[in-house]
Amino acid sequence: MTTDVDKHNLEKRRAHIKKRYKAERRFRSFGIAAVSFGLLCVVILFTDIIGKGMGAFRQTYVQMEMTFDANTLGITDANDQAQVKGANFGGLVKKNLRDAYPQYKTRKDKKALYGIVSSEIGLILRDDLLANPEKLGTTETIWLLADDDIDMHYKYALGTDKQVGRISELQKNIVDELHAAGKVEKRFNRLFFTNAASREPELAGIKGALMGSFLTLIVTLILSFPIGIATAIYLEEFAPKNKITDFIEVNINNLAAVPSIIFGLLGLAIFINFFGVPRSVPLVGGLVLALMTLPTIIISSRAAIKAVPPSIREAAYGMGASKMQTVTHHVLPLAMPGMLTGTIIGMAQALGETAPLLMIGMVAFIVDVPSSITDSATVLPVQIFLWADSPERAFIERTSAAIMVLLAFLIVMNSFAVWLRKKLERRW
Amino acid sequence: MNMSEHTQQNEHKTEGTPLLDDPRMSTRGVDVFYGDKQAIFNVDLDIGKNQVLAMIGPSGCGKSTFLRCLNRMNDTIDICKVTGSISLDGEDIYDRKIDVVELRARVGMVFQKPNPFPKSIYENVAYGPRIHGLVDHKVDLDEIVEKSLVRCGLWKEVRDRLDQPATGLSGGQQQRLCIARAIAINPEVVLMDEPCSALDPIATATVEELISELSERFTISIVTHSMQQAARVSQRTAYFHLGKLIEVGDTDQIFTNPTHQLTEEYITGRIG
Ligand SMILES: Nc1ncnc2c1ncn2[C@@H]1O[C@H](COP(=O)(O)OP(=O)(O)OP(=O)(O)O)[C@@H](O)[C@H]1O
Ligand SMILES: [Mg+2]
Repeated sequence: MTTDVDKHNLEKRRAHIKKRYKAERRFRSFGIAAVSFGLLCVVILFTDIIGKGMGAFRQTYVQMEMTFDANTLGITDANDQAQVKGANFGGLVKKNLRDAYPQYKTRKDKKALYGIVSSEIGLILRDDLLANPEKLGTTETIWLLADDDIDMHYKYALGTDKQVGRISELQKNIVDELHAAGKVEKRFNRLFFTNAASREPELAGIKGALMGSFLTLIVTLILSFPIGIATAIYLEEFAPKNKITDFIEVNINNLAAVPSIIFGLLGLAIFINFFGVPRSVPLVGGLVLALMTLPTIIISSRAAIKAVPPSIREAAYGMGASKMQTVTHHVLPLAMPGMLTGTIIGMAQALGETAPLLMIGMVAFIVDVPSSITDSATVLPVQIFLWADSPERAFIERTSAAIMVLLAFLIVMNSFAVWLRKKLERRW
Repeated sequence: MNMSEHTQQNEHKTEGTPLLDDPRMSTRGVDVFYGDKQAIFNVDLDIGKNQVLAMIGPSGCGKSTFLRCLNRMNDTIDICKVTGSISLDGEDIYDRKIDVVELRARVGMVFQKPNPFPKSIYENVAYGPRIHGLVDHKVDLDEIVEKSLVRCGLWKEVRDRLDQPATGLSGGQQQRLCIARAIAINPEVVLMDEPCSALDPIATATVEELISELSERFTISIVTHSMQQAARVSQRTAYFHLGKLIEVGDTDQIFTNPTHQLTEEYITGRIG
């Protein structure tokens, strides 16, 4: 039998349940709205970057008859490497262009004509002849890398009145002619991935920056992972809990919030000025980035160690395990996924870091691909910064393309972190 | 702590026969503090050779705390401080010379809450013999693992899944696994903190049989909330109340004819 009190309670409870569900729905719709807004921003960013950068992966080439004329080159024997290296390939290209378009006679017209192909084309031809000496004296139909302004025009303004880049009317006519004859086409831009930086946009690639980033990150990882994890283990498991460890803890947390450019100044003062490490090299970049990522790794590792249930430690101690055994047999395996996640996030941060590297001179213009941690180098984000600052139209494309490469690496690294955590966690 | 309180505590005297002639372990004047809070007050108690000592008392009276002093598990709690003397075979276990790792191998422990390692069932039992270097060959290790599991009545249930995670066992199975893990290294003294609180009557009977069997060779101290269990397995019983050891005596005598009023009230069900 239900009394009045029971009934009253029932009604109250029902009204309350309704209110609870309402609050839940409200919270959920806020969440969905926030996530959608975030996703929208990401989509806009990605479409913008991809839209701008895709073009850089294709590069314009023009077809020409090329006679390897010994006289123009000023050599007699193509098998003699020294001779070929000193040969006048610039003159050869110009002569062939003049022969192909004899109607352009004035200085100004000829200059425009020469501007069709990349100004460094001579080097490419030289390498070709070095590899195939029998070509001397023969005439070949070859595809030549077009100049960046021609490339821009062909990609974005062919057949329109738009003016893209510094291209003259004469050059436009030539491109139209070549296009009508099927003698100009876009090909996959291999040079973008095999060349280092260059003043000429059509020759500029990201290999140098990629190698620089890679070498720098290796140094960072080798230093910060073991040191960070050892620090975390020591602070959590071994250090006595007193004022000094409290002080250290506060400082580590502080370091995580220090602007990264300060680490650059620190690196400049300590590693370069005091220890005499050379400027602009991945070694010093890695040292600075290691300092910067250490707090991230230490904090996440400590959190991971703290999350290991105390009952596991107790069980190990109860079995007579020493402190070190308890840590290595039980605490570390359980904390490892968290530690690795923290490390990879720190590494991703380091990969995208620019400011501290500017301070230690990794912003220099370097044409060679670095091969060791003591070669001058630059890194991807700095390369992006440099290209974004360049006036040539073609560098805009390359900036976006380099951002795409950087984003791809970041996505790969972060997915790897997620995968690793899932894999290690699923063990039990 | 102020002076009057202190004298009051020292006035407290344990009823019955806390001291024995030839004890395995003995404690004298043991106080335990968690920070400023005192959890154990001046306990004198002997644990006899090859005997089972049951510790009973209301929740929060300090049974676990006292038990954990006996293999220095309280060392792992930063705020916990133990004073007084505790000895094993006449040797002070808090002495600097004593290696706590070896002590814990000699004085094994089964905890109140089952705490298997998040590793395979086999690895759990094999862990002790491994870290103490007790075996040289895998076959010997296999034998120890099997024997320990058989003695805890777990072998039949897990023989086909030794390589499966121990955390996948039921609560009662986990507790028996922890007992198997503890006895795999043949400790001389086994401390058991409510080992049967998660077990059904059948498993409880197995563990009680195991305790009787172990007591032929080992010394055992067991904390329990079950008076029947204390009566079944133990030779002596100690009654704790609010951190003080109220009464110790032969189990028969404690349950039939307690001296102290608090003991009587507890075993007749008026406290706790
Ligand atoms: N780690 C700790 N830190 C602070 N105080 C503690 C800690 N462990 C136990 N205590 C306190 O010490 C007293 C005794 O606790 P203990 O766990 O020994 O009781 P118990 O007799 O085992 O109880 P139960 O039968 O419920 O297991 C309690 O008042 C408890 O609050
Ligand atoms: Mg307890």
